[in-house]
Amino acid sequence: MDSLSRRHLFGAAGMMMGALATLSVPGTEALAQGPAKDRLVIGMSLEPPVLDPTKNAAAAIREVTTPSIFEALGRIDRTGAVGPGLAESWNVSEDGKEYVFKIRQGVKFHDGETLDASVVKFTLDRLFAPDSTNPAKSLYTDIEKVEVVDPSTVKVTLKSPNSFLLYSLSLGDAGIMHPKSAPTNDKNPIGTGPFMFKERKEGDSITLVKSPTYRDPGSIKLNTVIFKIVKDPSAQVSALLAGDVDAFPGFQAPELVERLTKDPRFVVIVGTTEGEVILATNNVKKPFDNPKVRQAMAHAINREELISAESGFGVPIGSHFAPHNKAYVDLTKTYPFDLAKAKALLAEAGYPNGFEASLKLPPVGYAQRAGEVLANQLGKIGIKLAITQLQWPQWLSEAFKERNYDLTIVAHTEANDLDRYARDGYYWGYNSPEFKAKWREVVAATDFAKRDQILKEAQQIIARDAVNGYLFQLAKIGVWKKDLVGLWENAPTPQLDLTGVYWK
Amino acid sequence: MNGFLARASRHVGFEIGAVLLLLLVGTALASLFWTPHPIDALNMRAKLMPSSAAYPLGTDHLGRDVLSRIMVGAQTSITVGLIAVAIGLTIGVALGAWAAARGGWVDEALSRTSDLIFAFPAVLIAILITSVLGASAQNAILAIAIFNIPVFARVTRGAALAMWSRDFIRAATAMGQGPLGITLRHVLPNIASVLIVQATIQFAVAILAEAGLSYLGLGAQPPVPSWGRMLRDAQTYIFQAPELAVWPGLAIALAVLGLNMLGDGLRDLLDPRLRLLRVG
Repeated sequence: MDSLSRRHLFGAAGMMMGALATLSVPGTEALAQGPAKDRLVIGMSLEPPVLDPTKNAAAAIREVTTPSIFEALGRIDRTGAVGPGLAESWNVSEDGKEYVFKIRQGVKFHDGETLDASVVKFTLDRLFAPDSTNPAKSLYTDIEKVEVVDPSTVKVTLKSPNSFLLYSLSLGDAGIMHPKSAPTNDKNPIGTGPFMFKERKEGDSITLVKSPTYRDPGSIKLNTVIFKIVKDPSAQVSALLAGDVDAFPGFQAPELVERLTKDPRFVVIVGTTEGEVILATNNVKKPFDNPKVRQAMAHAINREELISAESGFGVPIGSHFAPHNKAYVDLTKTYPFDLAKAKALLAEAGYPNGFEASLKLPPVGYAQRAGEVLANQLGKIGIKLAITQLQWPQWLSEAFKERNYDLTIVAHTEANDLDRYARDGYYWGYNSPEFKAKWREVVAATDFAKRDQILKEAQQIIARDAVNGYLFQLAKIGVWKKDLVGLWENAPTPQLDLTGVYWK
Repeated sequence: MNGFLARASRHVGFEIGAVLLLLLVGTALASLFWTPHPIDALNMRAKLMPSSAAYPLGTDHLGRDVLSRIMVGAQTSITVGLIAVAIGLTIGVALGAWAAARGGWVDEALSRTSDLIFAFPAVLIAILITSVLGASAQNAILAIAIFNIPVFARVTRGAALAMWSRDFIRAATAMGQGPLGITLRHVLPNIASVLIVQATIQFAVAILAEAGLSYLGLGAQPPVPSWGRMLRDAQTYIFQAPELAVWPGLAIALAVLGLNMLGDGLRDLLDPRLRLLRVG
């Protein structure tokens, strides 16, 4: 489940808006707009099961807590790049095996405790400990040991170089927690971030307020942030129209966007996410173990039609990689849409008349829509798909854990999630020594330009092997009131950074 | 029989019901041989179109012809409804007749069991069954059939008990006929009209239940068209194409209305006294 967050990432826009923001006389505007200028209500479609990102993989937890409540050593910015977070700076040794972090001084937790190197060591030790239950544990198992050099310096030693370490240490999964409050963070999260937890009404809302202990209180313009859970897409639109919700950074229903773009009170910003929508294929099951069958299917997929079913939102992909990433290479033409070729390949594979298979769909809009379209497209080369709609728990146990499926459609929303293709026993059943070797090269690369080059080759391997059907990159549709400034336009990670957000 | 037709022609409710049922069955039969467009032909360039000559009821979110899907949806509704009611009728009548004939603890046990099933809302049971067994048209049929069994069992038992106290049945008993023979030869033919009326009404309930399950994603699976699922798909397009929700809604309403009117009409026509026995 770690990579498969149940929804698209949050995040959102604003640089453009900030630039376009008109200047106005402060006093008059406050009068005209009423009192709620330091209060923000954010709509979410899914509710976080707990509030501790080190205990559960749900993307909704990161949206609420990272970096508002919990901060990590590094901080992911709106472009997806890593900058200083609770670590002011760091040095990496020549061989890429030693990281020395300088910890920011004067940082207080919401309960008054002080951040120092021992707290950082406590947090990092928890990540890779043998009994760690961190949902992203595998990202941290290259760490050999963490040492406190002095109260403001921590040294991390790796068993082998890991070019993703800084990124991994900037995720919510590595949020810095105090030993005192760590056990109770799932219900009452206490971190170092600009907002502190106030209350949670299960099934309804989560309220955060500005933290008095934050190191730079002047930079935070909002006093109250309320995350309001609205599951049904039509109800989300109603909530926006009625003014109950100020912003939906991750709006789930592309078909309803038109209704909102017509309304002058809102802006609709279409950005990118890390969510690759794929036709996940059980590579160990007949007939999908035959590469020719998978290639035939790839030739039969018409991405233009699939994106049209998403009301035009989404970017075609030919591999498991986000187009906004600078290491992206366009592989959509690896197996271009060609029904004659597809039929020929199926015949070569021994299925001149096609075959029957099942398509298990999770209960999300994009999967439901793409499912019907794909059943039609593959039907044209004789592959008859029987669709079954599953609830999330069923999908997770049947398809993801037990691998009892032929085909399914799901969005993989984490960044750098190509590593799934190198994992043993992952639900696709892909096992390629060539890719595994390539991935080891990626992880071990210390030079980022070189790493990008190897990443491109890795994308090519899985595109060539047609491991899964690569459909499209989910769009991040953000809808919010037009005088709200600073939300991210794109969602490079499932986090919602509210530090630069204000009402103009 | 002439008398029945003469009375039927004066019963407005029955006539309306009969016309609607004919329309439903006719549509379903016609769709077996012909629909204006293939039901799963996607046309992304013509999605969410309003009514036109080519698409009399417009197109849905994937550019499929709504009229064709409504027509085939009638097939789905009738198939699910008919099979579910047939299963419920067969088992329910057998159990009800057995309870009436045998009496004693059998009657007591069957009656209490059906009370128990009645205590749960029918649709809730159906949702439970389809979520446990998996969502499919077959499981929807099974679920609907299961909550039909006690309905038929109860109606049959009530009507059959009344028969068992009649003199001609006592005569048959005195002549040495066994309970099975009497049930088949005397009881069932005499309560057939009650069962026909009940079956018609349960058919309407079954169509509604199928639509409800499909709306929840637990009934017929795509791409098989089903009215309930069409309604669910239309819901998110309510701002852009409200008529998408109107057509399947109207189809469900007319089918259920027609069958109910037909059932009420049949009850009046076959035996006005049976009004009192209606259950469910």
